Amino acid sequence: MKVEQISIFIENKSGRLAEVSGVLGEANVNIRALSLADTSDFGILRLIVDDSEKALNVLREGHFTVNKTEVIGVEVPDSPGGLSSILKILDNNQINVEYMYAFVERSGSNAVIIFRFDNIDQAIKVLLNNGVNILDGEKITSI
Amino acid sequence: MIWNDDFETLPREAIESLQLRRLQQTVERVYATVPFYRDSFDRAGVKPRDIKCLADLKRLPFTLKKDMRENYPYGLFAVPLEQIVRIHASSGTTGKPTVVGYTKRDIETWTELMARSFYAAGAHKGDVIHNAYGYGLFTGGLGAHYGAERIGASVIPMSGGNTKKQLMIMQDFGSTVLTCTPSYSLFLAEVAAEEGIDIRKLNLKVGILGAEPWSEKMRQEIEAKLNIKAIDIYGLSEILGPGVGIECIEAQNGLHVWEDHFLLEIIDPDTQEVLPDGEKGELVITTITKEGIPLIRYRTRDITRLTREPCICGRTHARIDRLSGRSDDMLIIRGVNVFPSQIESVLFNIKGIEPHYQLLVDREGTLDTLEVLVEVDEQTFSDEVRKLQQLSGLIQKQIKDLLGVTCKVRLVEPKTLARSEGKAQRVIDKRGNIST
Repeated sequence: MKVEQISIFIENKSGRLAEVSGVLGEANVNIRALSLADTSDFGILRLIVDDSEKALNVLREGHFTVNKTEVIGVEVPDSPGGLSSILKILDNNQINVEYMYAFVERSGSNAVIIFRFDNIDQAIKVLLNNGVNILDGEKITSI
Repeated sequence: MIWNDDFETLPREAIESLQLRRLQQTVERVYATVPFYRDSFDRAGVKPRDIKCLADLKRLPFTLKKDMRENYPYGLFAVPLEQIVRIHASSGTTGKPTVVGYTKRDIETWTELMARSFYAAGAHKGDVIHNAYGYGLFTGGLGAHYGAERIGASVIPMSGGNTKKQLMIMQDFGSTVLTCTPSYSLFLAEVAAEEGIDIRKLNLKVGILGAEPWSEKMRQEIEAKLNIKAIDIYGLSEILGPGVGIECIEAQNGLHVWEDHFLLEIIDPDTQEVLPDGEKGELVITTITKEGIPLIRYRTRDITRLTREPCICGRTHARIDRLSGRSDDMLIIRGVNVFPSQIESVLFNIKGIEPHYQLLVDREGTLDTLEVLVEVDEQTFSDEVRKLQQLSGLIQKQIKDLLGVTCKVRLVEPKTLARSEGKAQRVIDKRGNIST
């Protein structure tokens, strides 16, 4: 149910993002979803890839600072109000979202939202109790 | 104008015979009263009676800042504490400051030398001296204050900070002489401009500026922006405080150091050989009248040159060049001594931080800036921006708490800061142009 996400510390200097994607491309790792959080000095690139172990290894070899966190992917109808209904559930149950990002499934009419929670297990319980469809890790990494 | 004609214009031979007598007395006294000197003289195989001429000075061992720290707080005092009437301290590398004690006569000497310095800078009775050096453990505020009172000027004990209020007082009280760091004088000018005050039109005529290295270029800028004469003053708390040396307003060419109280040498910092006049090297000072904490051959780490050529002002005392740097890695940032090792100690105490860092020193507008580059490793790295910002905030706060200097912390990727076989380049000082 949980999905592995890789985070990479990126200094604000030109070419650094290209280097990350270059390392992954050379290792034949496919990026499924990504988001970049940036500050004036550094950025954090978060990725969901098809092979996170391999990605971690090649990035470490390339002297990147990486870590691995667990997130979940939630399927949301790709229509107005889709996201809002889920956020309301979380809010009503006082589940704090650290950050989130979204992508649209290649086929079908759903969007996938990746959530990072402080307390992931509690969040999963609440979402399941409210009938929200949490995607398998497998399914997301192979989208 | 000259404050003390008798001493300030003594012929060289008279200065030198006075120096020899005072040196001999000082050496006798420290050998008898300070165990540190007895040990170091004995190790060097030299006795007080071996000092027969000024050239014998070089037989005596050096005193280092480290020796002061190792004898913290009172170990180098040459008189019982009950004779000490004032204690000052400067920042040190390990959190322990360097402590200096003054007897009543030392305060008198200091006051006299600051009075000479004010006169040399063109200040006298009738002036309103706006003293923006910090009052407190730092020697700047009180040192300038006593000298200013001695010449009969009206002193405003402003201390540092609160720039808008400084400007108001400057306008309303008609300050004519400003004493502060060179960078603060430019900052005052900047804030004045923002406040719509034409600082050039105020009564200020002279700035007596010191406590940090500054360039000739910066002098021109200060003189133009504030419409004053900018005079360089030299001092260090170990030796006395402000007033060890000062430029005369007549020549503004080198700082007269009061040779009836100090012996000057320039050495090669690597070989420790004494260099002839005119050659650039590290300034070494011996105090020959100080009672509380006399220092023998104190290595100042300041790089300069010495000339004993006559000066147009009539003073016969030797002059040193404007300081062109330091022979060790101490940084002076906004007048505060900062050692890279202090920042290192902060980083070492924060869990998970790699002990690799670099300091970038620069000058933005008129103020020194310090940026600390710290490597993030996998233990400290988080996928949450907030946590990384907390980390840099924590580093910034601890550095501020220890040094009193606000810095910017920038997190960088591991292994991006240069490693080197020998001494890592911990410091990149971009202020440049510090020398003449």
